[in-house]
Amino acid sequence: MLKLAGLEALVLNEQSNFVNIGERTNVTGSRAFLRMIKEGDFESALAVAREQVEGGAQILDVNMDEGMIDGKAAMIRFLNLLAAEPDIARIPIMIDSSKWEIIQAGLRCVQGKGVVNSISLKEGEQVFIDQAREIRRFGAAVIVMAFDENGQADSYERRIEICERSYRILVDQVGFPKDDIIFDPNIFPVGTGMEEHANNALDFFAATQWIRENLPGAHVSGGVSNVSFSFRGNNKVREAMHAAFLYHATAKGMDMGIVNPSMLEVYSEIEPELLLHVEDVLLNRRADATERLLEFAQTVKGEAKQQTAALEWRQQSVEKRLAHALIKGIVDYIETDVEEARKSVERPIEVIEGPLMDGMNQVGDLFGSGQMFLPQVVKSARVMKKAVAYLLPFIEADKDGQQQASGKILLATVKGDVHDIGKNIVGVVMACNNYEIIDLGVMVQPQTIIQTAIELNVDAIGLSGLITPSLDEMVHLAKEMERAGLQIPLLIGGATTSKVHTAVKIEQHYPSGAVVHVLDASRSVTVVESLLGPKKEEFLSSLRAEYSKIRSHHAKHQAAKELLTLEQARANRCQLIFDKQTIAQPKQLGVQLHTPRIDELIPFIDWTPFFQTWDLHGKFPDLLQDPIVGQAASKVYEDALHMLQQLVKDKILLCKGLSGIFPANASGDDIELYDKHTGEIIHKQVTLRQQTKKVAGQPNIALADFIAPKEQQIQDYIGAFVVTTGLGIEHYLKEFESQQDDYNAIMIKAIADRLAEAFAEYLHREVRIHSWGYAPNESLENQALIAEKYRGIRPAPGYPACPDHQEKIGIFKILDVTSQIGVSLTESLAMWPAASVSGWYFAHPDAKYFGLGKISAEQLQDIAARKGTSVEAIERWYSSVLI
Amino acid sequence: MTNSTLIKAIQQRILVLDGAMGTMIQRHQLDESDFRDGFFDNHTKPLKGNNDLLSITRPQIIKDIHRAYLMAGADIIETNTFSGTTIAQADYDLQDAVYQINYQGAKIAKEVANEFTDKPRFVAGSIGPTNRTASISPDVNDPGFRAIDFDSLVMAYSQQIGALIDGGVDILLIETVFDTLNAKAALYACEVVFDQRKQKLPIMVSGTITDQSGRTLTGQTTEAFLISLSHMPLLSIGLNCALGASLMRPYLQVLNQKAPFAVSAHPNAGLPNEFGLYDESPEQMAAQIEQFLQEGLVNVIGGCCGTTPEHIAAIADVAAKYSPRKWNP
Repeated sequence: MLKLAGLEALVLNEQSNFVNIGERTNVTGSRAFLRMIKEGDFESALAVAREQVEGGAQILDVNMDEGMIDGKAAMIRFLNLLAAEPDIARIPIMIDSSKWEIIQAGLRCVQGKGVVNSISLKEGEQVFIDQAREIRRFGAAVIVMAFDENGQADSYERRIEICERSYRILVDQVGFPKDDIIFDPNIFPVGTGMEEHANNALDFFAATQWIRENLPGAHVSGGVSNVSFSFRGNNKVREAMHAAFLYHATAKGMDMGIVNPSMLEVYSEIEPELLLHVEDVLLNRRADATERLLEFAQTVKGEAKQQTAALEWRQQSVEKRLAHALIKGIVDYIETDVEEARKSVERPIEVIEGPLMDGMNQVGDLFGSGQMFLPQVVKSARVMKKAVAYLLPFIEADKDGQQQASGKILLATVKGDVHDIGKNIVGVVMACNNYEIIDLGVMVQPQTIIQTAIELNVDAIGLSGLITPSLDEMVHLAKEMERAGLQIPLLIGGATTSKVHTAVKIEQHYPSGAVVHVLDASRSVTVVESLLGPKKEEFLSSLRAEYSKIRSHHAKHQAAKELLTLEQARANRCQLIFDKQTIAQPKQLGVQLHTPRIDELIPFIDWTPFFQTWDLHGKFPDLLQDPIVGQAASKVYEDALHMLQQLVKDKILLCKGLSGIFPANASGDDIELYDKHTGEIIHKQVTLRQQTKKVAGQPNIALADFIAPKEQQIQDYIGAFVVTTGLGIEHYLKEFESQQDDYNAIMIKAIADRLAEAFAEYLHREVRIHSWGYAPNESLENQALIAEKYRGIRPAPGYPACPDHQEKIGIFKILDVTSQIGVSLTESLAMWPAASVSGWYFAHPDAKYFGLGKISAEQLQDIAARKGTSVEAIERWYSSVLI
Repeated sequence: MTNSTLIKAIQQRILVLDGAMGTMIQRHQLDESDFRDGFFDNHTKPLKGNNDLLSITRPQIIKDIHRAYLMAGADIIETNTFSGTTIAQADYDLQDAVYQINYQGAKIAKEVANEFTDKPRFVAGSIGPTNRTASISPDVNDPGFRAIDFDSLVMAYSQQIGALIDGGVDILLIETVFDTLNAKAALYACEVVFDQRKQKLPIMVSGTITDQSGRTLTGQTTEAFLISLSHMPLLSIGLNCALGASLMRPYLQVLNQKAPFAVSAHPNAGLPNEFGLYDESPEQMAAQIEQFLQEGLVNVIGGCCGTTPEHIAAIADVAAKYSPRKWNP
């Protein structure tokens, strides 16, 4: 573990991401910074440092190597000034110089544990050892260049030879801690046109991997912009090349580096053709790669120029440009424009209060009037975030200029639940409307929500949840809020929540505050505005009246709804015929692992729910042509396809699934699963029976009815499955979150959810055709699959036919899911990763989906007895179906 | 006393450090003549309050204080050398007295420690922070200015450390660290002196978290402080001064979790009252300390400002009941 410290600790371990070193406080790399130092303008030089820290630099590189300045004096002066700025000095310092006396001077100025950049074997072993020993006395970590008496390492072999030799001397002779050694194995340009440079990037990658595998503890760093040196003047190519280089280098173990964030494209957003050409060069994939990239670079450049001509909006006033950028979601010019606006006002905060809020209000109006759609609003939010991030250092410098947010909203997905797409969308929409969002994430404990709400004095709390046990969590939280004496309004949202549930089950537990159900993200702002605005009391009294009406209506309705006794319901069970025609003998019993590629699943995607995620309602693909939402839907569809392509290519997001088929028979309302060899009961699945009074001829169904009863002495079968497409999603989420890119973060979750459903569809088909094999000749188009025009069903626990989430425990046990494919269950029985689906397979031709409806306390008691437990122990799992 | 005796002792039990020197000296109500007679008679500047000089001018008083702490059960006593650097003594124009302050301070402490034979007793050479900071400017108009630099600190600390070793200390205790850069200079000086003398002594480092912000005066968090001084194989790292025992506890928890060395604590007897006096009783203080001991947070426990032999006796009683913190070097 490499541990560094400024005023605060920075600890790098195997799990850490890439550590970004701020590079602009370097006179050799930044002309502007050099000019400031030359002119003695240390004030501006500090602002550069601060900007780096605010921009996410985790280590600050300081270099004063310039012939025209007194480098040692400048290093001392600048480091001493930095020490007086707590917001900069919180990160560790990298003392960067090729002159030993400057390094020595720098080491004498930093109280934390920094990094020396760099030493090498260039002047022989003795100098190297002496310098390492001296650095050790200050406790600093060290960057070692791959350089020796014979010069700089330029091949794979030379790199590893020098690094190994340096490492052995440091570890064996100097006693330098292994974790404090960082190698810089030299990043050299590619695409220079010279044959001997073609492998430069590949050699670096290979050397990086070798170092990480063979020199325990050591880290790898480098200056990334070198690689694209030949493409100066073409930033588009350079940005893509930096991103692609980092992507490959970090995969090999490069764990820190000097990267200019403004010269870096997001790997997944590089145009596929450009990426192809860039990677051809980086990975030396073809002899003519450089010529092809150079040629292609011309067109990229040309395009960029043409675009400039078309950018008429750039000619408008700065206010209009800001509004345009916000509405269109264009980040490219936002910093320049914000800077221009900042200069024209007295205090930086006025840029936010003035043109930026005006722009966002326009976005809000367009969204409210249905002329903009959620995906676009999310992009606008990204632009806004960038603008605010740029202004923050200036606002902080202008101390008393506190931004007055409209209100503080705390958001959380409740304990036991992992689903957060909707919550994140609400967060973005609210943030766009100038609310400060405190997002506590998923699986949040009630006391954390309450404590944070009190500590931060929030104006409203928004709870989200998708699975039915979350409804109870919300009830619990409402009670706890009442107990804690809170009066903060409580907003309820998420797919399973409803106005009725909120009115009937939640509201009465929190009389001190308001409880409001929010149907979807687009309503969240109006609700909060009403709650926090001057007409709050009016809003609340009409809301309370409405909820009270819903409650009394519900009570009447419930009373009218007559349930059969369990005995009556069982007498009216669904009686199917079990014989050779209806019971299919499986081709293969037991559990099977399935790992399809993403591209195999794409044809099975049901797109309609994907658009619902984005609040775009309509049936796919007609939706794309819809006169109102068509354009927005097409854009988000295009982005989704693009991301899918990326996912296919990256192979980082993994799809894993298990299916199993077991001998089974029904025993009353239970299904018994048997060991295929011994016939012993391996699991007993309790199923729930419909109890509502039916019209004549309609049965009261339980899933057990679809399996042959034990007493008929016919061997029947049941299947079970779990699939996930969420493994590896964190890799992308981290990247998107670090880019403040909510749009893509929501996008990938929405896609992963769709892929999980597609996988379930795909796997069901595999089972029908192959392992169970009762439909070997089935060939249905996706639309037919979506319409479920096949034999057999796959009800999922938590859905209408089997609302009992506890069934998942059984499925997970018999398939050994967690150890086989890494999907686990939370305390509320949500599956983690969230993009997962589980369920049962029933193969009887007459098996069909049904809604359970309400059940009686009598059935609950019966279930408890069948499970060998008490009503109290299981009650919470059935609260949504219990009358 | 050899290093191995100390290492064995610190692994086997919680070691007790002594309490305040200044509080005890105040009890004697000394005047100017006590600080100069026989040694600095013709010195032009007033010397009252320069407590380190008493090891030279009134060694009996200092020896009595050491003895009282040893009788109270202290395993380690600190020399009366907190301000024994040329930098701190410059205020009195007594840079030339630095060698004697440290040499005599060490020598008399060692003499008293040797009177006790029931269990091993150790003398730690107290190395204070000096009255200048290498990381903070004293000039509000020029934050880049420094009243002291690293090399001057190294030179001053080297002199003090050399004299302490000559006087026979068993341990070097770099304490009340409010600026980590000063402490780094002290550690650098230790290495310089060790290299010259081909002899190494165990080093204890103790920092000062100034208030409930949880940071040192120069702004470091406890963890950053630990990381910045972990390059030497320390005997212990810990906290002292500024806070009473209960307020120190959260920061000791950080050290307990992360430090690859033994952990020490010598808190004040509470926070000063409105008269600037520390009035936490021995029982009150021992009760708070018992909490850390229950949690297994420390290996060395003692007292700073306002503590007396009575406090140390109470602390030693509690310390005897618990086993020391376990750590992985």
